[in-house]
Amino acid sequence: MTIIYAGMFYIATLLLVAGLVYKIFDYSRTPAPLKIPTTPAPTTQKGVIYRMAKEVVLFESLFKSNKWIWVFGWLFHFGLLLVLLRHLRYFTQPVWFWVDILQPFGKYASIMMVIGLGGLLARRFLVDRVRYISTPSDYLMLVLLLAIGLSGMMMTFVTHTDIIALKGFFLGLMYLDIQPLPQDPALLVHLALVALLMVIFPISKLLHAPGLFFSPTRNQADNPRERRHVAAWAARLDQGN
Amino acid sequence: MAAAEFDVPELKDDIEVPKIREGSMAHAKSFLAPKPVQDFMGYPHELSEDWKERAIDKMGDLLGKYRSLKVFLDACVHCGACTDKCHYYLGTSDPKNMPVARQDLMRQVYRRYFTTPGKLFPKLVGAKDLTKETLDDWYSYYHQCSECRRCSVFCPYGIDTAEITMAGREILNHVGMGQKYSNEILGKVQKIGNNLGLPGPALEDTLEGLEEDIEADTGVPVKLPIDVQGAEVLLVTPSADFFSEPHVESLIGYAKVFHAAGISWTLSSHASEAGNFGLFNGNYETMRKVAMRIRDAALELGVKRIVVGECGHAWRVAYSFWNTLTGIGYGGNDPFSIELQKQLDPNYPQPQHICELTNDLIKQGKIAVDPSANDDLVVTYHDSCNVARASRMGDEPGGQFAIPRELIQSVANNFHNMAEETIYESTFCCGGGGGLLTDDLMEVRVKGAMPRMTALNNVVKEHQVNFMATICAICKAQFTKVLPKYGFDMSMVGGVHQLVSKAIKLD
Repeated sequence: MTIIYAGMFYIATLLLVAGLVYKIFDYSRTPAPLKIPTTPAPTTQKGVIYRMAKEVVLFESLFKSNKWIWVFGWLFHFGLLLVLLRHLRYFTQPVWFWVDILQPFGKYASIMMVIGLGGLLARRFLVDRVRYISTPSDYLMLVLLLAIGLSGMMMTFVTHTDIIALKGFFLGLMYLDIQPLPQDPALLVHLALVALLMVIFPISKLLHAPGLFFSPTRNQADNPRERRHVAAWAARLDQGN
Repeated sequence: MAAAEFDVPELKDDIEVPKIREGSMAHAKSFLAPKPVQDFMGYPHELSEDWKERAIDKMGDLLGKYRSLKVFLDACVHCGACTDKCHYYLGTSDPKNMPVARQDLMRQVYRRYFTTPGKLFPKLVGAKDLTKETLDDWYSYYHQCSECRRCSVFCPYGIDTAEITMAGREILNHVGMGQKYSNEILGKVQKIGNNLGLPGPALEDTLEGLEEDIEADTGVPVKLPIDVQGAEVLLVTPSADFFSEPHVESLIGYAKVFHAAGISWTLSSHASEAGNFGLFNGNYETMRKVAMRIRDAALELGVKRIVVGECGHAWRVAYSFWNTLTGIGYGGNDPFSIELQKQLDPNYPQPQHICELTNDLIKQGKIAVDPSANDDLVVTYHDSCNVARASRMGDEPGGQFAIPRELIQSVANNFHNMAEETIYESTFCCGGGGGLLTDDLMEVRVKGAMPRMTALNNVVKEHQVNFMATICAICKAQFTKVLPKYGFDMSMVGGVHQLVSKAIKLD
């Protein structure tokens, strides 16, 4: 079982990193031939960074559009962030001091995360417009994240797993020195689902994470009168004149 | 396909989000472009046997050229934030008019042919084969989008359905399903010089007639010059300004402003049109060709400034794309625009919107106005979508909201905004933009206008508003048709320069 899980995490990590690197490379290589910021937009690059920061941290546009989606979406994402940061302690030795400070927050953030996911899932069933646009993968992805959250909470709040051995396993993975993995059902389920999530990340709608940074309506400065903005393929048209 | 009978939505106090009614607008289809129109544009006019391969190839081509398309097709999480934001969904209840569902018409095909999960597990991720039915849906619903970009304001990732609609129409054109209205116009503008196909002599006659009217009216010999070599300003305006009501009132207003300020100006018979329908079809080269006429006219006439009249998408193309497409702007140091930079006056924004020009002149005291001339009017302002969400005026973000309002308030004493969530960047489209201003789409236009009409109705009831000013030729043409359907007088709509025209003092 230890070998299976070790192999699984190596493959999942490889697919996640390679897939994301490829996608990000592909996005950055694809030209954006015209300035199309959704206005009112900042006119400077600094302003763009500020606008992006508000989108990433506060979900500003979503706040304007729908308060329910915003509340659930933000609870889920912020909860997930704290939980992920808390998990850093399984991968670092010695544990960084701020990760230590975060531990209790990360623990209860899992509740935020699960409430957020539950709300998003409920909306898919309850709102006719959202039900109409939902595909099976939209439901499954929420279920997957919920299952990851709940199995993780099991180990935090109900049946603890052998955390020392688990940390040994992951540190071992990182130094190519495989250590035994605790054979605890909640942990095995949790880890298998996480590996699955890592695998589908670069080929699914989870690409919204890197995608946001490449969205021309958000990441372009509104200065087209001041600057020409010619893509390589479009510049070739100029040579005809 | 004659326009069918349909019910005009009833105006309520608030804009309500309807329950979905599947397929309720599937029948709405504009006329297909016939052979001569498609031939001119270099597209086929009917589906060939290999249409499916052509469509997929074209999609691949566009995915490689436009980051917007690629990122937008990948990034959507179906969160639903946009589902109640489109005026066509609010007015028709057809779920395929929800921005996300309109995008999904293309996204499901993209997933099937361009992504791994879509190739392996199509049902799971909502991927579908491209079929004739899908193509027909594209034709219906990509012509029920006015590319107004309201959805892009509210999307957490800024996904802009206009970009998807443009790509959809380009693919449709490419397989032989062009839209008659837009493609006919693109032919006329390239062959004759304007969207309405008005030849030079007809234009001259019209302008002379207008000069006589103005002199009879005011006693002042205000000129409307055309093809004048060495004029300071080249004015480019939608061709509707030359003969449609109320558009022509704004043209008269621009002429009075130039006269009062003592600025020499001219129109060009080869490039009289500001509107650029190339935008609507998502074909960069067509848009570039249409824009290039303006640059050629500017070089030919030797003007120092280029000013754009009241038109929504024309201003988007001028403000956002002319510099890139033609070098009209402050340009760069590339040889392509240097030629133009030598000629254009760097003391003015290039291109400049007529509202920027007039507002500056009034603020500097270079022209005098008497706002009491408009005391019979209680005015509101409709932010035209392309101006509001895709362009700017002045130096500050949001200048496109402030400047027209400043201008209106300096020429009229009574002004009231419509509800906050229906103006500025949240403005509702008139319902006729993006190549939909054709009688064969009247049902879409009337139903799509419902949210704007609701907001208007509320300021009419609360503040006795009797005039809705706007700065887009399509908005004006659409509203004159649609206002009567909702029980309003069509003369309630007009240009901002129509108000300027009444208030300006001439010597």
